[in-house]
This record gives sequence, C-alpha cells and structure tokens, in this order.
Amino acid sequence: MTLNMRSLLRYGIVVLIGLTLPLSDTLEPYTFQLAVLWIMILFALTWDIMGGQMGYFSFGNIFFFGAGMYICTLIQIGLYYDVAEYTAHFGAVPIHFTFTQYFTGIFVGLAAAGIASVAMAVILGSGVFGLRGHYFAIGTLGLAIAAAEVLGGVDYVGGGGGITIPIYPGDPDDRSLFFYYLCFVSAVATFAFLRWLYSTRFGLAINSIRDDEEKAEGMGIHTKRYKTVAWAISAFFLGICGGIFGNMVGFIEPLEVAFPWATYGVFMVLMVILGGKGTLWGPVIGAVVFHIIKELTWTYLLGWQWVALGTLIIVNVIFFQQGIVGWARDKWPERFGLIVDESMAAAPGREATARREPAE
Amino acid sequence: MDNIEILVAVPLLNVQLLLDGLLIGAIFALAAYGFALVWGVLNVINIAQGEFVIMGGYVAFVLFDNGIHPIWGLPLAFVLMFGFGWAVYRVVISWIVDSDIFTTLLATFGLSILLQQLLNLQFGSDVQVADAGFPVWALFEGMVTVSGIKVVSFILAAILAVCLILFMKNSRLGQAIRATAQDRRAARVMGIDTDRVYAMTFALNAAICGAAGALVAMIWNIQPYFGIVYSLRSFMIVTVAGYGNLLGVILAGLGLGAGEQFAAFILGSEFQIAFVVGLLLLVLVVRQYLQGRKRQAVGRSLSSGVK
Repeated sequence: MTLNMRSLLRYGIVVLIGLTLPLSDTLEPYTFQLAVLWIMILFALTWDIMGGQMGYFSFGNIFFFGAGMYICTLIQIGLYYDVAEYTAHFGAVPIHFTFTQYFTGIFVGLAAAGIASVAMAVILGSGVFGLRGHYFAIGTLGLAIAAAEVLGGVDYVGGGGGITIPIYPGDPDDRSLFFYYLCFVSAVATFAFLRWLYSTRFGLAINSIRDDEEKAEGMGIHTKRYKTVAWAISAFFLGICGGIFGNMVGFIEPLEVAFPWATYGVFMVLMVILGGKGTLWGPVIGAVVFHIIKELTWTYLLGWQWVALGTLIIVNVIFFQQGIVGWARDKWPERFGLIVDESMAAAPGREATARREPAE
Repeated sequence: MDNIEILVAVPLLNVQLLLDGLLIGAIFALAAYGFALVWGVLNVINIAQGEFVIMGGYVAFVLFDNGIHPIWGLPLAFVLMFGFGWAVYRVVISWIVDSDIFTTLLATFGLSILLQQLLNLQFGSDVQVADAGFPVWALFEGMVTVSGIKVVSFILAAILAVCLILFMKNSRLGQAIRATAQDRRAARVMGIDTDRVYAMTFALNAAICGAAGALVAMIWNIQPYFGIVYSLRSFMIVTVAGYGNLLGVILAGLGLGAGEQFAAFILGSEFQIAFVVGLLLLVLVVRQYLQGRKRQAVGRSLSSGVK
C-alpha cells in the first residue's frame, strides 16, 4: 500500500477539516466535543489492534488510559510540587504554574505516560496472554476494575476524591484550542502509524494469530512476542491519550474519569464493531457515527440514553456484526481492491470477517 | 495490618467472620451454579448474571415496600425470573447461542447495561435493603452474633440447591439438559429438542439467580449497579471449580464468601470489590501457569458436562 494521488488527496482533506474545524465560528463552542471525537477515534483505533486485527477481545484497554492519566498528572505536579501535599488539599488551594512550568510538565508527563504504559503492557502481558477467549476478556476487564477500586483507596493520589489538575496559564480559548490540537495530532499520528503497521509483516503476523493461533505458532511465529508488542502499541497511544484527556477535563478521579470501563471501555468496543472490526477505516467511521448517535441520544433521550446504548450493542452484535465498512466491503468488493472470483460464491473479503469456532 | 493482630487477639472474631462469610457464600454458590449451567449447556458466558441477581433482589424489595414479608420474594422471584429468563432467551440469546465468544460476551454485556439502566430508571440508584425483621441471636456471651435471616437464607439456599440437584438427576428435563451439555449433537440425534433445552436452561438460571437475589436483598443490600460483581464472582467460582463440578462450585462459593469477609475486615471494606477482582486475576493467572504448555485444541466438546 503506497500513497497514490487520490488517497493523498483524501487524507489531505481529512487533515485540513480537522485543522480548521474549531476555527469556524459556529463550531467554536463545540471544541471540547470535537476534541472528544478525536479521542474516541483514537480509542477505536487502538482497540482494533487487538480486538479486530489480532482477535483478542479485551474489555480492559481502558486500564492504560487511566494509568497514563494518573502518571501524567503525578509527574506534572511532582516536577514542581510535593504531590502528597497537593492531593491532601483536594485542589482547594489552586496552585498556579508558570508557562514554562506548565508546558514542560505536560509534555514530560505525556512522554512518561506513554513509556510507562508500554512498560506496564509488557509486564502485564506475561500474565495475561496465556489466557484465551472468555478468560482473556474477563481477565482484562478485571484489570480495569481492580485499578479503579485500588486507586480509590490510595490517599497519595487523592483516593476516591480525585485530583484537580494544575490550571492552564493563559486564555481559556487558547486552552481549548491547545487541547483540541493535542487530541487531533495524537489521533492522526495513531492512524498514520497503524496504517503503516498493518502494511508490514507485523500486520500479517497478528492477522494470522486472529485466524488460527495454533497454526501461526506452528509456522514459527513467536505469537507471544507479537501479542505483547501489539498490546504495548495500543497501551502507548492510550496512555498519552489518557494524559491529554485528564488535563482537558481538569479533574481526575478513579471511577468516572480515569477507568470508566463501563462507559469509554464499552464505547471503544462498540465503535469498532459498529464501523467494522479488522479494517483500517472501520474504527474511524464507527467512532464518528457512534459519537453522533451518542450525542443525539444524550440530548433527546435523556434518562433513556443508556437503555438505548444497551439496545444498540445487542442489535449491533446480533444483526450487524460485520460493521459499516465490512458491509460496504461485501457489497462493493472491487472498491476495496478485492478481486471477486465469480466461480466462488463468497467474496474473498468475507473470510476475514467469517466467524470462527471458539478454540475451547 | 493492625486488624490481623485484632483477629489474633480475639479468636472469636474469626468465628464471626467465618460464619458470616459461609452464610453469604451459599448465595454466591447458587448464582455460580446457574452460571455454570449456562456456560456448560449453551456455551454462553452470561455477563448479565449479576443483573438477574439484582432483579430478584428488587422483587423481594418491592414486596417489602408493600408491606408483605420479603421472604415470599424468594418463590415469587423464582417464578417471575423464570419467565423473564425464558423471554430473554427467545428475544436475545437464541440468536447468539451458536456463535463465537466475541458475540456472546458482547451481547450479554449489552444486556447487562440495558437491565441495570432499566432498574436504575425504575428504582433509582439508592442502596436498598428488604428487612426481614428476624431476631439476631447472640452466641458466646454476645461475642458472636448471628442474624436469624442469614441462617434462614442459608437453609433456603441449601433446600433450593438440593431441589436443583434432584431435578437435574431425576427429572426428564434435567436429564435432557445434562445430555445436551455432554454432546449437543448426539442429544439432538437422540430426539432431544435442544432449543427447548437451551430455553429452559437459561430460564432456570435466571430463576436461580432471582431466588439468590431475593436472599441478597434480605441479608445484604442491592443497588442497580452492584450486578457486575456477582457476574465476576460467578465467573471466578466456576473457573476455580470447573463447570461440571457441583461440589467444587459449592465449596468455592463458600470459600469466596468467607475470604471476602476476612479481606473486608483486614483491608477495610472499601477494598472488598478490589479484593474480589484481584482474586479473580490471581485465579486466572495461576490457572494459566498450571495449564502451562498443556493447552491444545479440544474442539468444542464439553466433555465434563453438568452434574
């Protein structure tokens, strides 16, 4: 897959739209929402590395989001201040950082969040990747819940009361633009990286793990190493994303903001299956569609929005599992560069989404 | 770790915690048994298990709220949840019963969100208790207290378990369920209507959960969002015991109940859920290392079956 003129143009348009969206006057009040949209896209993309491309169904990727958030915040504060003293006040005494203090803090924090998330993914991977199927899904879910519950009891990081993030030194409008572009850049970087990654041998290797792990291992692929690296990649982007999101919201606490396994943790799965798992554009489209559905139901079905969400999950999983992109690929395979052999009943693209018998 | 010293200094406290834990563990064992049933027969991991428990709890609570003794919630929840489980099977589960893990997990997860939010809309997010009003007995000169409702609920849970075992062993349907668990294709060849067996198994599971939930509402508390912990507990118990091992499920359930009480006392009750989830992770990791390189493709035959 090389970039030809047409796809270059397409990417250019998307990037241009992303860059200019918050600058228009009508959309300016929605900058926060738009920034969240980019975060959603990042969520879906990182979940799809494991869930779609590798066939490992993780409920707990949100763990790295929260871990990155806490690490970034603690470093931001810890660089210039005593963390225990800061958290003891629950942010009641706001501390003003200077420009340099704030920006060195946030960028060092984000870098540390990414690196620490990778380290955690590698360490946890050795404990988690022997698990298959149900055990993996429930085990990773347990990871996220455990992190939320344990951090809620640790006073050093604010406990259940949370931490207030250092205040942005400057104009509030600049602040929202700053975070919008941070989210935008990280989502685009994730997409570009994954686009490259899926075109390499690595992409083929994790696809082979999805299709048949035993055979992949038999063919000499070091599956555990590939699985760990795949998890580390999603952890890296999620960790940074968590750091950004924590700063953007301005307040972090374990259950609702840092480890929201029941909200964002479920959204990331839903967005991917809505868009089409195991495809490059599927998560992106799924995230956009889901974000629109979510905002509509949250506005017009207030009180019933979660019921609508649960229904959406069930209906989506039962009747529309191939997702939007998967459906389009079945319908117009030639548009996806797939050659249809008329003598075979099914389009070649189907095999990738075909159901597998559980291994156990 | 000061609390450990307290336990050492006052041995009777151990008795108290152990007793409380065992009495609550009986309920965990019930829910886990239903979970094992569905896992073994339908090959579905039911994440909505906890919500079924909580729904049963609200049946007892509604009775209590209307001035009826909540103990009647047990049979009522059993009957109502049986019907509800049957309906859920027909509307949702029957579509996914032969599909992969991804589908079943996510669909039941969606079901879980749906039910918990409906409960939340109906009853609000307050923590509720259906007070049965039984006396509290004091043993060892007041050092150990046993509330009557816990003993009663333990006995009721035991009776329910015995009835279930007899039903599975002797009744025609119970035998059909066990046969389907052993080999669904062979069962179909032998003339068993496996679709009906699936529906009945799922309904029975919901009924067991409902009954367990009614007991939970009386001896502990219920809240729309408490469900997931029961699902995780059930999963853990069944993982430890294996889904064909009834005695194992009971022992693991009782053990977990006792373990939780001790953990809540030693670590503080804010860490109780963390303890449950941490234990689950530990169980999964230990299980993985025990299996080691033994894993191999076994197909989907569920050779152990459900007793």
